[in-house]
Amino acid sequence: MGERFVKLMQGNEACVDAAIAAGMKFYAGYPITPSTEIAELSAEKLPRIGGRFIQMEDEIAGISAIIGASIAGTKSMTATSGPGFSLKQEGIGYAVITETPCVIVNVQRGGPSTGLPTAPAQGDIMQARWGTHGDHSIIALYPWSVREIYDATIRAFNLSEKYRTPVILLMDEVIGHMRERIELPTDEELTIINRKKPSCPPEEYKPYKVNEGDIVPEMAGFGEGYRFHVTGLTHGESGFPSSNGEVAENLIRRLVGKIEDNKDDIVEVHEYLLDDADMAVIAFGSTARSAKSAVDILRTEGYKIGMFRPITIWPLAEKQLEELSIKLKKVIVVEMNVGQYYLEVDRVAGKNTKVEKFGKVNGELITPEEIVSYIKEGNHA
Amino acid sequence: MPSNLVNEYFRTENLPHIWCPGCGNGIVTRAIVKAVDNLGLNREDTCVVSGIGCSSRASGYLDFNTIHTTHGRALAFATGIKLAKPDLNVIVITGDGDSSAIGGNHLIHAARRNIDITTIVFNNNTYGMTGGQYSPTTPTGDKGTTAPYGNIDMAFDLCKLAEAAGATYVSRGTIYTTNMLIKLVENGIKNKGFSFVEAMTICPTYYGRKNKKGEAVDMMTYLKDYAINVAAYDKLTDEQREGKFIIGELYKSERPEYTEEYQKIINSFAEEV
Repeated sequence: MGERFVKLMQGNEACVDAAIAAGMKFYAGYPITPSTEIAELSAEKLPRIGGRFIQMEDEIAGISAIIGASIAGTKSMTATSGPGFSLKQEGIGYAVITETPCVIVNVQRGGPSTGLPTAPAQGDIMQARWGTHGDHSIIALYPWSVREIYDATIRAFNLSEKYRTPVILLMDEVIGHMRERIELPTDEELTIINRKKPSCPPEEYKPYKVNEGDIVPEMAGFGEGYRFHVTGLTHGESGFPSSNGEVAENLIRRLVGKIEDNKDDIVEVHEYLLDDADMAVIAFGSTARSAKSAVDILRTEGYKIGMFRPITIWPLAEKQLEELSIKLKKVIVVEMNVGQYYLEVDRVAGKNTKVEKFGKVNGELITPEEIVSYIKEGNHA
Repeated sequence: MPSNLVNEYFRTENLPHIWCPGCGNGIVTRAIVKAVDNLGLNREDTCVVSGIGCSSRASGYLDFNTIHTTHGRALAFATGIKLAKPDLNVIVITGDGDSSAIGGNHLIHAARRNIDITTIVFNNNTYGMTGGQYSPTTPTGDKGTTAPYGNIDMAFDLCKLAEAAGATYVSRGTIYTTNMLIKLVENGIKNKGFSFVEAMTICPTYYGRKNKKGEAVDMMTYLKDYAINVAAYDKLTDEQREGKFIIGELYKSERPEYTEEYQKIINSFAEEV
C-alpha cells in the first residue's frame, strides 16, 4: 500500500500533477490566462523527472510541437483558453486524422474573441465538438472539482492512448483556479494506459492497419526502427496519401466509429438524487456545483429533483439522456452560455420530456439561488 | 537504370512523384539524399519533416521517419520531435511560402533557439501547388495569378532573415550548382544548431510561364548566369552586381544548442538525487 497523500491544491496544479502521473514527458504551449499555471508548473516539474517543456512562439506551434513529440513516442500535453483554443483547431484536426494521442486542456473564459478575460464561461462546448473542420468525432471531458480534475486528466491521457485520438480536457476559470483539499490516489490505485506498440517486425509494419480484435492501429514512434510516414492527407493502411474515394470513406468512418462505437467505455456521467426524481438539472463543471446546491435546497422544500452531470461531454451521453427523458417531466440545462449543450439534450430528450435552458454570459457564476429561483418561478435571471 | 540513391533512400513504390516536367524539386531532393549518404546517417535515426506545398511532398518519397505536417508548421512539429528525441537527426523540407509566409514565425523562433534542425527551403518564388500565386520571394514587378498587374511587395531575402533571427549556419545554393548544394546540405546537417539552406529551384509551369521566363532549360541557364559565388560577388562592382544573387556559405557562428542547454537543466536535477 502506497502512502496516502493529502494536499491543498489548485485545479490547474492538479492537472499538471495528474498529467505527470499519467506519463506526460513533454509540454509545449503559449501563455494565456486562466490556464497559465499549467504551463508554469509543467516548466518547473518536467525537467525534474527527465521530461521537457518549451514555451513556443504561438498557440499553433504549441499543439504542433506536442503532436510531433507524441509521434516520436512521448506522452504530451498543451493547455490554453478560448482565444488559444481557436488557434489549436488546426492541430486538433491533424491529430484526429493522424491518430496521434495528445491532451489539449481548455480552461474556458468568456468569448468570442478576447472576450471576457478572464471571467468564467462555458462557451466552448460546441467548439470542443466541432472546432476543427471536417467530419470527425472527439473526446472531451469536463471535471467539476480539483480531485476530479486529477482523475479526468489521467483519464484524458488514457483515452488518448487507447483510442489514438486527441482528448480535450475542458475546465473553466472557476475550477482551474479553485483550491481544494484533496487526497491523491496511490500509485497502486492508478491505471495507466500506454499506446500499443507494433507487434510485427519493421518490414511488415503498416502504420494504419487495424489488427483483428484491436480498436486502433499499433503505433510505432520515430527513431524506434520503424520507418513510416505520417500525413494529414487522407491515407490508407500504408500511411501514404491517397485520393481514392473508398480509402477516404473507410478512413473517416473508422475514425468516427472508433469513438462513437465505444461510448459505453468512454462516456462517464454522475447522477445525483435521480432515483425518485421527476425533474432534473443538467450541468457540468463549476455550474454543476451550484446545481447540486440548488437540488439540495429544493429537496428540503419537497421538490423531487435531481442532477445529471455529464463528465464526458463528447461523445454525447445519448443513451443516458434518453433513459432520463423517459422518466422525467422536465429537465433544465444550466450552463454559462446561451444554450449549447441544451441543443443536444433537446435533440435527444426533447421527444420524451420538456427541455428548458437557463444560462448566463456575464462572466459571473450561476448561483444556487438563481437556479432555485428559476425552477420555482421560471425566473430568467 | 535508377541510381543507387533512388533504390537506397526513396520509397520507390510511391514513385513517380507528383512534380511537373521541368520542376527542380527532384534535384533538391536528390541533393539532400546524397548529403545524407555522404555523411553516412542512419535512416532509422533520421527524421524528415515537411509542411505543405509542392516541395513538402518530398517527405512521402523518402525512406526515413517522415512526417508531412500542416501548412507552415513543419518547424513547430520538428521542434517537438527534436525535444522528444534529441538524438534524432531532424531535417525540415519546406517551400518559400510554407517557411516564410504562413510559417515565418516558426522559422525565426527555431533559428533564435538554435535548435539542432537543418531546414532546406525549396525556393521557387511562387505558390506552385495552388497554381502560381505570388509568394514572399516573388521578385517585385513579377507576376502571379494574384498579382496580375505585377507584384508590388518587396521579396524576402530568406538567408538574411535566418541569419538575423539567430541561425548558426546559413547558405544558399541552386539546382544548377548541384555539387555545391550537396555540400551545403552536408555542412548544414553537420552544424550543431539551427541550419538554414536555401535551395533556388524553378517552377517552369506556373512562375516561369506567367513571367515569360522560357522553358526549364532557360530557367536553369538564368540560375547559372545570375548566381554568383560569395567570394566572387565581393569583387564585383555595384553595376556588375545588378540582378545577381549570392550563393555559397553566407554565415557561420557558434552558439549553445537548444536541446543541449535543456539537457543541462535535466542533468542538474539528476545530480541532486
